[in-house]
Amino acid sequence: MSSFLVEIVTPERKVYAETANMVSVSGVEGELGILPNHIPLVTPLRIAPVVIKRGNKVDVIAVNGGFIEVRRDKIVILAESAELSTDINIERAEAAKQRAQQRLAAKQDQIDFRRAELALQRAMNRLHVKQK
Amino acid sequence: MAKGMRDIKREIKSKQNTKQITKAMEMVAASRLRKAQEAAQASRPYAEKLKEVVASIAAGTRDVKHPMLETRPVKKTGYLVITSDRGLAGGYNANILRKVTLTIREKHKSSDEYVLFVIGRKGRDYFRRRNMPIVEEVTGLPDAPSFADIKAVANAAVKNFSEGAYDELYIYYNEFVNAITQIPTAVRLLPLEEVGGNTAVTSYEYEPSPEGVLEVLLPKYAETLIYSAVLDGKASEFGARMTAMGSATKNATKIINQLTLTYNRARQAAITQEISEIVAGANAQS
Repeated sequence: MSSFLVEIVTPERKVYAETANMVSVSGVEGELGILPNHIPLVTPLRIAPVVIKRGNKVDVIAVNGGFIEVRRDKIVILAESAELSTDINIERAEAAKQRAQQRLAAKQDQIDFRRAELALQRAMNRLHVKQK
Repeated sequence: MAKGMRDIKREIKSKQNTKQITKAMEMVAASRLRKAQEAAQASRPYAEKLKEVVASIAAGTRDVKHPMLETRPVKKTGYLVITSDRGLAGGYNANILRKVTLTIREKHKSSDEYVLFVIGRKGRDYFRRRNMPIVEEVTGLPDAPSFADIKAVANAAVKNFSEGAYDELYIYYNEFVNAITQIPTAVRLLPLEEVGGNTAVTSYEYEPSPEGVLEVLLPKYAETLIYSAVLDGKASEFGARMTAMGSATKNATKIINQLTLTYNRARQAAITQEISEIVAGANAQS
């Protein structure tokens, strides 16, 4: 089975670097399943889990606000934050989710609303990854 | 004489206490400096990758239009100044604040022509005392700032530029050279310079479009530049503090040595005097 290098980099550190066989992400235009020798591509990502298959193992990573750069033999995901499921604190995510929901229910001005929406997405994303 | 000796002794004691404190601060700064340097190192791959992608979009597509790349006539200028929260760091804050003030005084006639973004309590207090317009401030930054810590200010700085609140943005920080040298530096952040570079251009597919991708990437790129300046500033801060405290410790040692010498002289003099008094007394009796 052919493989390629997958790296996930945040401003603080390199979160992940493994040789993998397939990556599936959700870009702004829709879901993408990427195999080795994919045509070079750059696209922003939605706040969603990134699924990486290597051998018979599957890694799921919560990626927030970033983009993906695909080359034939290498994939780089740059994100503001990225967490492996072992790094996620489920209580914190749960609390963040509730906070965001309360704020959404309060419905103040536009900017706050947008921010709460994003916060909710991040929290849901983390919980999602943790439960997998 | 005995009283003078006691005073000297007290002074020695006090200098020793000071020396202990400065020594401890030096060591703390040294260990934080190492961590700050590591953090700066760790942030580099992200910034470089981002730059590479932005550069290859800019090189691969003809005439990309984006407000962040356009040079507009300058009516108003934004300054982002990075200082520390605490003093006792030698000339760290003074140098950077002097540089900013000089530039502002030279270029602007009234305070309507510029706005300030300040990181660090020292800078904030300085500008506030002088009634200069501060738009956004961040204080109480941890020693190892995370991206989330400065995101608000970075975001505001970039957003205000795209909305036309000012037409250029400079960032002022202390560039870290090594533990004893930090250079106050001014960099024009926005509009972004031609992000050229001789990277081998890979022709990418862009989804949804080159402009769409650039739309997302450029603000991120600018924010990352701000973040790495903050990390560099932190490393400089600890370097400056380490050096300042190191020389304070050295000075304390020098003063203690001098005082000890004076003390011993006084002690010697007191003994000599006592002996001569006894001898004089004995002679008078016989």
